[in-house]
Amino acid sequence: MSEVIDTDILIVGAGPVGLFAVFELGLLDMRAHVVDILDRPGGQCAELYPEKPIYDIPGLPEVTGQELTDNLLKQIAPFKPQFHYSQMVTALAKRDDGFFDVETDAGTRFNAKVVIVAAGGGSFQPKRPPVPQIQDYEGKSVFYSVRQIEAFRNEDVVIVGGGDSALDWTLALQPAARSVTLVHRRAEFRAADATVNRMWELEKADMVRFKLGQVTQLNGTDGALESLVLKSKESEETLPATRLLPFFGLTMKLGPVAEWGLNLNENLIPVDTEKFETSVPGIFSIGDINTYPGKLKLILSGFHEAALMAHAAKKIVSPGERVVFQYTTSSTSLQKKLKAA
Amino acid sequence: MQIHVTDQKGIRHSLEALEGFRLMEIIRDWGLDVKAECGGACACATCHVYVEPDWTGKLYEAQDEEIDMLDNAFAVEDNSRLSCQLLMSEDLDGIELTLAPGTQKDDAAAA
Repeated sequence: MSEVIDTDILIVGAGPVGLFAVFELGLLDMRAHVVDILDRPGGQCAELYPEKPIYDIPGLPEVTGQELTDNLLKQIAPFKPQFHYSQMVTALAKRDDGFFDVETDAGTRFNAKVVIVAAGGGSFQPKRPPVPQIQDYEGKSVFYSVRQIEAFRNEDVVIVGGGDSALDWTLALQPAARSVTLVHRRAEFRAADATVNRMWELEKADMVRFKLGQVTQLNGTDGALESLVLKSKESEETLPATRLLPFFGLTMKLGPVAEWGLNLNENLIPVDTEKFETSVPGIFSIGDINTYPGKLKLILSGFHEAALMAHAAKKIVSPGERVVFQYTTSSTSLQKKLKAA
Repeated sequence: MQIHVTDQKGIRHSLEALEGFRLMEIIRDWGLDVKAECGGACACATCHVYVEPDWTGKLYEAQDEEIDMLDNAFAVEDNSRLSCQLLMSEDLDGIELTLAPGTQKDDAAAA
């Protein structure tokens, strides 16, 4: 078991609202650890629209998802947040002393005074193709990521998709696998040119097969894949396959949040509009994942929620301490904190 | 104006539509089960529809960005479009669409 990390605040989600919460909490001297299932900060801004301009951030007439993320990271740097990427908070339990035991699927454990759920649309998970019975094969023959190349040695591997993941793994698994077949709906790819060219070279040398079409059926027993049916416009054929890797990008799913004992309303977390606290005292929720009368799913609403939440959280983290409301423009003590980086 | 949308269960809905709205928004705002999780940014492919072939010629042609994003959709056909990239206009009054597999709110995530 890993060491338990003590923290004032544990933030679930490193999207724009989770990041800005670090700032508002930091002004009030609370330190935060932040957990996110993605391998980098930014949430939807990083995963869905890093290059897309956003036009409704106050004071920034036009900013891309990535630029906003980078700016927020710069803004919160003085408060030295600790990030835990590529992991998902799976367990959250309130103890008798009122604080929280939190654990991630990577085994990271926290002892947190306050938990902030800023999980947006939920956690990003691989998209599951709508192929009948595919669930029966997942984790045995069907995988959405490669953890160890050894698991594919001497296997007949079928990789589906047209992006970097599909192309990269076609190249990486080819030397170990018995056969690698790349399946895509068209003979064009969104991956890096060098990777695509290399794939075509291997295909010409008969070391990789490329097939146009889509997988419509899996055949096997007890999760052990034996073959699959590939359908294209012209034909339908059965290919021998013992491993399938579908790469259709990520999609959001509420995930373990549903098991934390919070009241939910259509997969959203109801909160009050004074503190943005959930039905469990000490657990707050901000950003797209919360709901209240009049809620608008806007990044700017999440920023406002973060500020009010921080003042309420302070009362739990430092009970009895008088909190003076100050402005960063005029308060020398806030300015000192911000220049501490 | 109306659009006609057959959902993933095969039920046909006739929906009042306003000019200038994205077809995805019309489908979503009438409460049909469409994930459309990026909100119309052509960034997720979860608003994938099939357009009845009679109507495909009346549509604004798909741009590279939409064609690329369709790689992340399932069961893509020649008449596949992302409904967030189609703007309602008088020309499309009466258009017939079918929601593609993998567009329901809770059926697209693995694990």
